[in-house]
Amino acid sequence: MKALTLCDISKSFDTAEGRVEVLKHVSLGLEAGQSLALTGESGSGKSTLLHIAAGLEQPDAGQVLVAQDDLTAMGDAGRARLRRGQVGLIFQQFNLIPSLNVGANLAFQARLAGKADAAFVADLAQRLGLDGLLQRYPEQLSGGQQQRVAIGRCLAARPALVLADEPTGNLDEATGDQVLDLILHLTAQAGAALLLVTHSPRLAARCTARAHLRAGQLGDAP
Amino acid sequence: MTAAALSALVSHWRRAPLQLAMLLAGLALATALWSGVQALNAEARAAYATAEGVVSDGGTARLEHASGQMDQAEFARLRRAGWLVSPVIEGRAALGTGRVTVLGIDPLSAPGGIGPALAASDLEGFFDGLGYAHPQTLEEIGPTDRPLRATSALPVGTVLVDISTAQTLLGAEGRITRLTLAPAQPQGLAPLDAVAPDLRLISPEDGAELAGLTDSFHLNLTAFGLLAFAVGLFIVHSAVGLAFEQRRAMFRTLRALGLPLHHLTACLAGEMILFALVAGAVGLGLGYLLAAALLPDVALTLRGLYGAPVPGTLRFDPLWALAGLGMTLAGTALAGAQALWRLWHMPVLAPAQPRAWAHASARTMRVQGGAAVALAGLAVVLALWGAGLVAGFTLLAATLLAAALAVPLVLAAVLAGAERMARTPVAQWFWADSRQNLPRLSLALMALMLALSANIGVGTMVASFRATFIDWLDLRLVAEVNVLPRSQTEAEALHAFLSPRADAILPMQRIDATLAGQPGQVYAMKDHATFRDNWPLIAPVADVWDRLAAGEGVLVNEQLYRRAGLRPGTSMLDLPGIGPLPVLGAYPDYGNPLAQAVLSVDRFEAAYPDTPIRQFAIRTEDAPRLIAALQDDFGLPSPQITDQAQAKALSLTIFERTFLITRALNVLTLSVAALALFAALVTLSGMRLAQLAPLWALGLTTRHLAALELARALALGLLTMIFALPVGLLLAQVLLSVINVQAFGWRLPMQVFPADWARLGLWAGVAVLLAALLPAVRLWRRGPAQLLRVFAQER
Repeated sequence: MKALTLCDISKSFDTAEGRVEVLKHVSLGLEAGQSLALTGESGSGKSTLLHIAAGLEQPDAGQVLVAQDDLTAMGDAGRARLRRGQVGLIFQQFNLIPSLNVGANLAFQARLAGKADAAFVADLAQRLGLDGLLQRYPEQLSGGQQQRVAIGRCLAARPALVLADEPTGNLDEATGDQVLDLILHLTAQAGAALLLVTHSPRLAARCTARAHLRAGQLGDAP
Repeated sequence: MTAAALSALVSHWRRAPLQLAMLLAGLALATALWSGVQALNAEARAAYATAEGVVSDGGTARLEHASGQMDQAEFARLRRAGWLVSPVIEGRAALGTGRVTVLGIDPLSAPGGIGPALAASDLEGFFDGLGYAHPQTLEEIGPTDRPLRATSALPVGTVLVDISTAQTLLGAEGRITRLTLAPAQPQGLAPLDAVAPDLRLISPEDGAELAGLTDSFHLNLTAFGLLAFAVGLFIVHSAVGLAFEQRRAMFRTLRALGLPLHHLTACLAGEMILFALVAGAVGLGLGYLLAAALLPDVALTLRGLYGAPVPGTLRFDPLWALAGLGMTLAGTALAGAQALWRLWHMPVLAPAQPRAWAHASARTMRVQGGAAVALAGLAVVLALWGAGLVAGFTLLAATLLAAALAVPLVLAAVLAGAERMARTPVAQWFWADSRQNLPRLSLALMALMLALSANIGVGTMVASFRATFIDWLDLRLVAEVNVLPRSQTEAEALHAFLSPRADAILPMQRIDATLAGQPGQVYAMKDHATFRDNWPLIAPVADVWDRLAAGEGVLVNEQLYRRAGLRPGTSMLDLPGIGPLPVLGAYPDYGNPLAQAVLSVDRFEAAYPDTPIRQFAIRTEDAPRLIAALQDDFGLPSPQITDQAQAKALSLTIFERTFLITRALNVLTLSVAALALFAALVTLSGMRLAQLAPLWALGLTTRHLAALELARALALGLLTMIFALPVGLLLAQVLLSVINVQAFGWRLPMQVFPADWARLGLWAGVAVLLAALLPAVRLWRRGPAQLLRVFAQER
């Protein structure tokens, strides 16, 4: 079953140098349980493609299906609802909610999606090694710990699609490897599809599939 | 180097024009409110100086009779004895369409001649009846049958004429009010006690000093101006501090590139001085306009409340402008000192990331809490043991400052409680996020709390005063008609005319006197049910009215009762020509700065024979018919007759005018506080994007987030309003029971007006919503590209 389908996606931006076409007729499919690494140079359109897949941004042309739901046909509220319920986002800068403690951050999206399950969150916290840090606030955690909270927040809502944008970009290599292990392991265990945007061929190699964006067009990984 | 550094520093403001506008607006408004109030005060004081100098024989001793007037023969007797004295007559009379104070002098013997501002060439005309008056007086009374010339050297409401003309106008031929003594007298004269044993020598300092009487009014205005100035400085402090945080990276870079620290600090200080001068100039202009707009009401207030003559037009005084600019510079220095201090102590490699400028660490909170407790302690000490007006205002300031410092602590506790009780994730985030952002908004919320509590406090005081005053007016102005005879002959004729037509005729006689060391008046009161049934009394002795009628004692007004610490039943009051008499009770006498004592008519007439009757209060069941009879049959001009409704309306008008400026300043202070909140929210909204974008990414729409931002501002405003309520009531209590007693001599019962609070709450809500609307709309209308930039900036 397809977790994500991108059909003929194009996207342009107005810049100081004129209009720049970032994505040119990109098509992509992702099955449930599959992990796809999207690599490419800076400015190749990786993050834009991920944002479009998450419904954070609208394409100029093409169609985005998350499971059976057509994002491109939805309004802002519909896309927000879909993000709450079916999509999990992991950012490079973690983007935790600074005013909530670790426990509240972990449960936040699940509660937002109406899927609160305290036992599941507690189990996740234990597997992520966060069970001793639940009362702490994000500013009191290391980068690796913060990213583990972000992964936990994403997976606690049991999304069908996980979109991770350079999730290890801010971490050292050893911590980055640990974090990626957790993402791959937990998404596979949950049967979720994973789209991982990364610069690193080494990390990309650990996904079940790879794609490479060059000048807004999809090709095989080098 | 300086130019390069300045251009880098100023470039921040080019990119943040709204922040710059807020900074300048805060400074300009603070200056406007402060300098506006100062302009009003300066104008009024200049007017008092004119009045004291030209009219009140300022600086010269005078001789008076206990009855308040004397025969002109006294003048001749003293001159023959060699004393350099000059006769003066003063009284109220109808002129044109109004009533004025007629001041008659003898220019040949007066120590100051005809007066320094009046032309000597007019002396002949002056003897022939030419009078002088302020242009405003001439406008108010309209055309008269007397030749009058305009001069601004006289106070408003006074007409200066030759003594014989004045005697005619006042219907007091051959009578004078006082004799002024030339400062230098010949040697070897017979002592005054021997030459004029019936006259009292009054030195200049014994008289009622107008400036002294009105000082409390000006102190009130100054306090309000200072409060508004402080609220304005909150905006400046907030804007300067945030600009400092936003330019942290720039400071680090400039220093890394070789700009010395002292140079950088000087550039920043120079920038602040420039802002202060620009905003100060704008503020002075606004302050002048504000003062010009409010002066007519202040002038009416001062005339109504104290009889103080103040013209209704404003002059420009360069000294006032300089003082205003000085205040702006001082305020800017105060508001920017923290930023400069932190820059001075910032290491070259300080973190470039902006952090919460007023981030209230636990330690900051503890220090703030400690300061609040210390100030509250000071307030308690002053409330228990403080005395005098300065102590009263210090108590007021300590109370307000303690409450302001406590605002973030109280709100943080309430928000933490709400967070614990929240059931949904959005609600939990809402309260937690509000608490986290509290330090960034705390200054604005403190300013809002100050403005709201000042509104509640002053509003409660005014409304309590109003309610009490109206009740009191109903009781005091119980006579249906009042008539003012123009002479003793007319008074006798009037009495004869009224006797068969009125239910009761209550004559009013009074003399000026010094009572318990204070300037005052002694009145005669006829024993009548009008007084017995209607006059409210404070702490009266048993059978007070019977004892008063029997001449066994006096009633005193509340001002004298409180200031002299008199206790009915035990205290005695020394009356001129009578000696000590027991105090039988006190009566409220709002709006009168003078001490007053009331005697029975018999006792009064025995002590002060020949005192003219100044007024008749007449009881009748048919006031219109009596008024018509007085006008048509007796031929009394209408300015000499007032009915109760007119008197009450006049008193209420004076009352409303009195507090018009207070209300105006209330509204302006609340507006400045709303602006402070707007400034804080606008600046915060830029910093909030990084906090809100992840929530949007997690599935909350920008519309939902914008609504939450509005709700947050409203919730914080509401909580601040709730906190301001008890603070405002405490303020009202201090105003009513401490400041008023010290300043005016009367105490009022506090009444509460919940409907007024609801109205204020509504206005505060509107102000908060307006302040939060622009940032919320901007958030709502932010496109995905702007929100995604938050994530793109990560790399």
